[in-house]
Amino acid sequence: MVKDDCGLRYPQMMESQLKVFWRYFKRNRLAIFGLIVIAVLFLIAGLAAFLAPYDPGQTNVALKLNRPSPHHYLGTDQLGRDVFSRMLYGSRISLSVGFVAVAISIFIGILVGAVAGYYGGWTDNILMRFVDTMLCFPTFFLILTVVALLGPGIFKIMVVIGITSWMGTSRFVRAEFLSLRERDFTQAAKALGVKDLRIIFRHILPNALAPVFVTATLDVATAILVEAGLSFLGFGVQPPAPSWGNILTEGRTYIFDAWWLTVFPGLAILMTVLSFNLLGEGLRDAIDPRLRGRR
Amino acid sequence: MSTYIARRLIYMFITLVGISIISWVIITQAPGSPIALTMDPKVSPKIIAQMEKNYDLDKPIYQQYFLWLERLFTGKLYSFKDGRPVMRKIAERIWNTLLLNVVSILIIFSLAIPLGIFSARKRYTFLDHLGTFGAYVGISIPSFWLAYLLILATVKLFGYPVLGMRTFVEEGFTTVDIVMDHLWHLMLPSIILAIGGIAALSRYTRSSMLEVIRQDYIRTAKAKGLPEETVYYKHALRNALLPVITLFGFIVPGLIGGSIIIETVFAWPGIGRLAYQAVLARDYPVVMTVLTISAVLTLIGNFVADVLYGVADPRIRYG
Repeated sequence: MVKDDCGLRYPQMMESQLKVFWRYFKRNRLAIFGLIVIAVLFLIAGLAAFLAPYDPGQTNVALKLNRPSPHHYLGTDQLGRDVFSRMLYGSRISLSVGFVAVAISIFIGILVGAVAGYYGGWTDNILMRFVDTMLCFPTFFLILTVVALLGPGIFKIMVVIGITSWMGTSRFVRAEFLSLRERDFTQAAKALGVKDLRIIFRHILPNALAPVFVTATLDVATAILVEAGLSFLGFGVQPPAPSWGNILTEGRTYIFDAWWLTVFPGLAILMTVLSFNLLGEGLRDAIDPRLRGRR
Repeated sequence: MSTYIARRLIYMFITLVGISIISWVIITQAPGSPIALTMDPKVSPKIIAQMEKNYDLDKPIYQQYFLWLERLFTGKLYSFKDGRPVMRKIAERIWNTLLLNVVSILIIFSLAIPLGIFSARKRYTFLDHLGTFGAYVGISIPSFWLAYLLILATVKLFGYPVLGMRTFVEEGFTTVDIVMDHLWHLMLPSIILAIGGIAALSRYTRSSMLEVIRQDYIRTAKAKGLPEETVYYKHALRNALLPVITLFGFIVPGLIGGSIIIETVFAWPGIGRLAYQAVLARDYPVVMTVLTISAVLTLIGNFVADVLYGVADPRIRYG
């Protein structure tokens, strides 16, 4: 049961919104496919310790570079570590980098966008010039530079990706705020003397969140690709941590002798990024009434 | 229009100042920046002297910023690694990067637009859905991974090297051989660089076409009996492709910053690889110059795209 500042209750309306959303969303088979893959990935990441047949860090030189077999489903690497187990644990790293980085970027994006859109005028102008400036930098190279300066580390990577990718969100949120602040319910709240902060977070923000979910989902895909790219260039999560990017990068030396070290982690990255992209586009189509029914 | 351009120019100037300040803050004020290195006893006095020369560490902080700015734009920043002017190092490499990018842009436009039109004409059929799925795969695939798979396949199939810009042994090569050799080395990196662009532009063309073919003038053109090819390729395409001009703004930044991974994989001696080697060698003057220049180019690219769009489409009004 939702209750607003005037004491009105509107439970059915919220529910029907969700129902309409779901009716459109479930028609999109690609998006459903993405959702299922992501759900399975979360299960794998959560249960990695139970599912992994071997310790991902267990080296055994006698078993090095074995082909995929019933003992080692995806073969072994140059140190005899079980690739399947390492891949299972790697899902944790990819997912957590994706989600934490996006959480940071969404937080900054909402804050900047809300303040710019709600207050308008000079505040808006200054903040948007800052957004323009940030958008001019080549994102991947900027991230690479800052990570190189700060030194490697999974948390640094998350933070750097987060603080370099919030601009899109802030533009969306600002646009929503610009139109929502003129609406009757905002004016009514203002007339009632509700404080700015409460209007921003309680009245306007919930109405502006839908497009944020879409960008967030698509941004998770980008963040996972960026982490893989950083690993490839030697600035990602540092070995021996079993990130997919690391397995792939360590394996490229043996590309002609051990294809499985290159093929499987790449496939995992592709499937994950693809699923988040499909889910994000599906959400966009189902949320935006203008896109409903025609794709 | 001229008021619009004037206002955009003022905004551009503000953004330019912003770019230079952010670049400068990253290089001098961030933890782990080269200035922090001067405290490190392991760093040789020679490098510290070079750094003090580059950054005027003995001067007040606002003067440091302006002096850095002056050095950057007058080409007086010197590489830590070999002491050569950064601008000259970039000038040597820029043509290789340009070549790679121009070829990949040609590939993008010549493949993506027909693909997009095809998808729009066959909309909601199996082939259209396949195209949609293919486009999602195209934007989701890690480029370095695809590069390795293609290198593996090419070398196994043809047994001919693909890395670098040319094959080392060129004795007895005729001119034709040399040109073919260049093209061969150009092929894989430009294709991989183009994949994401093909995916994005073909989807863009498709949805733009779908928008246009619902218009009345298309129905009129069909009704008066024009062949379908003419309607699609002449009447519809012209209007559908107008917004493509804005993509110009996305292409320019790719010229410098976008090809780091591809150039590194293929050992292609361009700006991207220079930038990556500079990051590895902690050669900050090179890193910062490349970063700042690509930001400035992006700014100019966006501006030119917006103005061109206004010229091409009179319906756009600048308020």
